[in-house]
Amino acid sequence: MSNAQPIIKTTDLGQRLNGRDVLRNINLRIDRGEVFALIGPTGSGKTTLLRLLDLIDSPSQGKVYFDGTDVTESVRQRLETRRRMAFVLQKPVVFNTSVYENIAYGLKWRGMSRDNIRSRLDEVLEMVDLADFRKRNARMLSGGEVQRVAIARAIATEPEVLLLDEPTANLDPVSTAKIEELITNIIQRYHTTIVMATHDMSQGQRLADRVGMLLDGEILQTGDWREVFNTPQSREMANFVGVENIIDGVVQSSENNVVTIGTDDSVIEAVSDCAAGEQVHACIRSEEVTLALSRHSTSARNTFSGEIARIITTGPVARVEIDCGFRLVALVTKRSVEEMALETGKQVYASFKATAVHVIRQD
Amino acid sequence: MTELWDGFTKAIELIVSLDPEVMQIAGRSLAFAATSCVIAALISLPLGSIIHFNNFFGKRLLINVIQTLYSVPTVAVGLFVYVLLSRSGPLGGLGFLFSPPAIIIGQVLLVIPIITGLTITALSGVDRTVTDTAISLGASRFQAATLLTREARFAILAGLIMGFGRVISEVGLSLMVGGNISGFTRTLTTAISLETSKGELELALALGIILIAIALVVNITLNRLQQR
Repeated sequence: MSNAQPIIKTTDLGQRLNGRDVLRNINLRIDRGEVFALIGPTGSGKTTLLRLLDLIDSPSQGKVYFDGTDVTESVRQRLETRRRMAFVLQKPVVFNTSVYENIAYGLKWRGMSRDNIRSRLDEVLEMVDLADFRKRNARMLSGGEVQRVAIARAIATEPEVLLLDEPTANLDPVSTAKIEELITNIIQRYHTTIVMATHDMSQGQRLADRVGMLLDGEILQTGDWREVFNTPQSREMANFVGVENIIDGVVQSSENNVVTIGTDDSVIEAVSDCAAGEQVHACIRSEEVTLALSRHSTSARNTFSGEIARIITTGPVARVEIDCGFRLVALVTKRSVEEMALETGKQVYASFKATAVHVIRQD
Repeated sequence: MTELWDGFTKAIELIVSLDPEVMQIAGRSLAFAATSCVIAALISLPLGSIIHFNNFFGKRLLINVIQTLYSVPTVAVGLFVYVLLSRSGPLGGLGFLFSPPAIIIGQVLLVIPIITGLTITALSGVDRTVTDTAISLGASRFQAATLLTREARFAILAGLIMGFGRVISEVGLSLMVGGNISGFTRTLTTAISLETSKGELELALALGIILIAIALVVNITLNRLQQR
């Protein structure tokens, strides 16, 4: 994080809607030029937060600073600030007029001359690949095209901050790829600061410099994608980032950052700075668990024997559930399943390295 | 039945021969109705927008009252305007009673609730996201309201069509405050009423058919506009 003034900063931002706290204690800092992804499941408050950042709604508490200025209150200041940003809503609507007029609206409202609008729109229409559609009624377009009109309408105003709410929700994979490519182009060409909300973690990974995990109205963790993905800071976060094996236990011993964690009837070795006696969650990603038919074929420190409870094959990979005193899920290739003749009821050895275990202190 | 047929042939005859008196009456009816609708629209469109875009105490009740006034009897408005414009009334000094302005004032009052109410309904029918999109694109409140009105234009036009239908067909008000003065305040509806009472059924029917024809032409024109 740079020391320069953040373009957006929020302090203790909260929003209460219909008697429910939809957002709590949001302290966010977005630096100029960065691409920040707000990741969270549906209903976690992403849209509400974006609406507050775009100054469409007023917060119940806390403040929003834009480029160092508190813009929470003054109506005039809110309008002026809003004109330095653009927001593409989750379900974008187009106005009942031509594609060209749709995209021109934001510029007209800013008092731009007709000639300047034309030259700006030529460039933008080209960029979103809608040059041939300029005269067409925007209501006649497909979902992906509507999304591109909405993005074009937003970038035409050359915003300092572009807010995108689930830009590819409800789109087919081809349209999704096109929109992601368009966003990448915008990032490269305009160096716009982007705040995007998505429930798709891989999208956040593909597009964002930094991610913020929003869960149940609170930002639980912000940081580099890898950091958030590999070292979630709470059980909820671990669940959300897709850690399938979360085993509760107590640290029995700790030596040189290697701990042994006692679970109900097993012991797991892990790398952690936790002290003996601490209650922890041991998180192991399913892709870190390897399977073998004999105990000696692995160098991993944690090896458990168990019986296969279930195998679910999806495309080239298989999810193997093993009952080894606790439930352990391993992600292996379909080919491995065939080669090892894995099937329900078969006895296997599941192993994972001590470094593959991420340890979270229990609250 | 023969009267209907005779009325129809007479109507054709009067229209084809461009009978001066009939043309004058029809023209006057059209002029009164159009003027009233334009004035009412100039008042009702902003009024409807203001009511829609602002939240205030009693808004729901106000909308209910406006909607109730859709069906106010024309004679009730006539009576109100009569009292207002009669010599001893508050606006008696204007000398408008039994003159075209009296009819237009009455008709404007008659359709303001219809156009206002239907404007509110039309604006409420526009997706809330349209307003959010406009605001997010940097529209001021006025700019957003203008856009929303544009988006609701077809539904608003439907309100204008309803309003026009109401004024071109009303008789009670024109009779009470216009006085059905030949060559001055006589409209198609008051003429029909008079001719019927005189027993001139053919002429009355002919005028009725002309009235329906005018309403049809106006509706077709406005519908064409809607479909654009």
